[in-house]
Amino acid sequence: MTRKQKKTLYRILIAFVLFVVCLLLPTVWLSGPIPPLSVVQDRNGCGTYALARWPLFLVPYLVIGWDVLWKAIRNIMRGQVFDENFLMCVATIGALIIGEYPEAVAVMLFYQVGELFQSVAVSRSRQSISELMDIRPDYANVEREGQLVQVDPDEVAVGDVIVIKAGERVPLDGKVLEGNSALDTAALTGESLPRDVGVGDEVISGCVNLSGLLHVQVSKPFGQSTVARILDLVENSSEKKAQAEHFITKFARYYTPIVVFAALALAVIPSLLDGQWGTWVPRALNFLVVSCPCALVISIPLSFFGGLGGASKQGILVKGSNYLEALAEAGIVVFDKTGTLTQGRFSVTAVHPEGMEERELLELAALAEQFSTHPISRSIVTAWGGTLDQERVTDVEEIAGHGVRAVVDGRRVLAGNGQLMDRENIKNVSDHDHPGTIIHVAADGKYAGHLVIADQPKATSAQALRELKAAGVRQTVMLTGDAQGAAQAVAQELGLDRFYAQLLPADKVERVEDLLRDKGPKEKLVFVGDGINDAPVLSRADIGVAMGALGSDAAIEAADIVLMDNDLLKLPVAVRIARKTLAIVRQNVVFALGVKLLVLVLSALGYANMWAAVFADVGVSVLAILNASRMLKAK
Amino acid sequence: MKKTFKLIDLDCANCAAKMETAIKKLPGVIDASVSFMTQKMTIEAEDVDAVMKDVVKCCKKVEPDCEIVL
Repeated sequence: MTRKQKKTLYRILIAFVLFVVCLLLPTVWLSGPIPPLSVVQDRNGCGTYALARWPLFLVPYLVIGWDVLWKAIRNIMRGQVFDENFLMCVATIGALIIGEYPEAVAVMLFYQVGELFQSVAVSRSRQSISELMDIRPDYANVEREGQLVQVDPDEVAVGDVIVIKAGERVPLDGKVLEGNSALDTAALTGESLPRDVGVGDEVISGCVNLSGLLHVQVSKPFGQSTVARILDLVENSSEKKAQAEHFITKFARYYTPIVVFAALALAVIPSLLDGQWGTWVPRALNFLVVSCPCALVISIPLSFFGGLGGASKQGILVKGSNYLEALAEAGIVVFDKTGTLTQGRFSVTAVHPEGMEERELLELAALAEQFSTHPISRSIVTAWGGTLDQERVTDVEEIAGHGVRAVVDGRRVLAGNGQLMDRENIKNVSDHDHPGTIIHVAADGKYAGHLVIADQPKATSAQALRELKAAGVRQTVMLTGDAQGAAQAVAQELGLDRFYAQLLPADKVERVEDLLRDKGPKEKLVFVGDGINDAPVLSRADIGVAMGALGSDAAIEAADIVLMDNDLLKLPVAVRIARKTLAIVRQNVVFALGVKLLVLVLSALGYANMWAAVFADVGVSVLAILNASRMLKAK
Repeated sequence: MKKTFKLIDLDCANCAAKMETAIKKLPGVIDASVSFMTQKMTIEAEDVDAVMKDVVKCCKKVEPDCEIVL
């Protein structure tokens, strides 16, 4: 609790004690006329004077309500009439005038308790959300004159060497010069598996060093480091407000005056007709208490803020409430293929030997290709996995665009594409229609079989697509520059609804525009890419999602939603969080408005007292806040 | 030009909305956003420093308890 909140709490306690004392005090009988006094008749019918109760109740009333009164007066002087302070004053002073002293004090007391509770609840949830996002490093260890000193990360220059001890947060982006360790990236990506780093690896600020001591050469100033950019993004995310937020603030602007005039009408019109001012004025005062729009106005940004916080805990950065709102209506999700649905790197998917064992063919190819740096050659070496004896291979010759020729264990080995086989006059080359790149192998002029190399779908892609469908996405589409065959294979394996192959980057924008025209009126189109070369498409789609953004400036810049790691499963999580946020927003609006309307109707009919009215104001706010804070635990 | 300011004692969400509406109407201000949740205000203007005097005055009028950290 802040000091201000504590002060309010003490005031509430003091006022409550005074209030109880006032209730328990017997009427004091006096013999002389001292105002403010009233004439009463005692049991024997003798006239006597009694100290009126209202000056007594005025004490707790002023203790608890002086600031509300003061604010009301001050705001009227400044031309702000319809604020909650003014309404509370009119309502309670009205109650005092019509003789409901305990009610006036109790309502003011209840109102302050509610306000305090609301303030505490908001600052609590604000704090817990801020904690979720707290990845700001406090200091960096720099070696100066042989001594390790702690300095502000802002003061460290590019090229400086910083030391990160076990348990400390990486303060700046850089490259490891010395040491090995495991890094906990959970705060950035939501991924709980630690990442191993060694000499030469890049480290990203915001991670926590789990085990070893690291010496890191700084590569970016703090202002441009990953952590600073993420913090900037998260902190500014509540600046872009959702439609629902705009709607409710606009609504509040009309709601309060309407209810206040309704109160005025309720106080005057029926009273003029039947003359029962004592019946209608209290009912009208209830209206004033209910007319405060705070419960409505507070619950919506709070729900969105909770949604943004819950998402960032999962490694999903949403750049604004408006995008969260749009994501909840995601109907079409368009994926870029390479790097998004697939791993973006090649691997051996099939081995088809002719007249030898699979392992033998793979070893032969790996031995021949081991000196090549081509991604396809690397994938063969990786697939072999074992150690390669360089001395078994001689006379290696790379034939650009075709493959490799080498002598392995004295055998003349060829590894390459069909053209290489043609050129070298190899017969009986089997040519299956496999999606992907085929590497044929021949030994001593005889065909030995082939390897199929393809960009493989990520392990989680299929599941992510299923979960998106389950979360209500109508259509999934894949865009790729790859050949028809390769695209079709991936689309079928993953269960995509549609795919477009052989697209140039500009064609992708065109396809997305076609899809935008075809989508339903309430649907939103989401484009998911890895942020490389797809900035135009990211900005053209209703929502652009970039994934694997750790360290990629372009992706963070261009996208509306950033998935911090490469796991596509984060996307359905994001959609679910968005849906849940919107559901809570809707619940809060319906609940707050519903209770207020109900109390208004009941007040007009005379069934609700001022207690119910105060509940409809502050009680509803508190319940809405509690409901919104559920977003923090969203999965 | 865009600048963000911290707000102290911004107590009610409705006041934040009222402040935002009022600041948006000030001459020279292109856009403004007051976030109740983060207790922050972002002002976009041709020259932010020049309009800040008006902004402070405007805030004082709408919500006298709220203070802008300049």
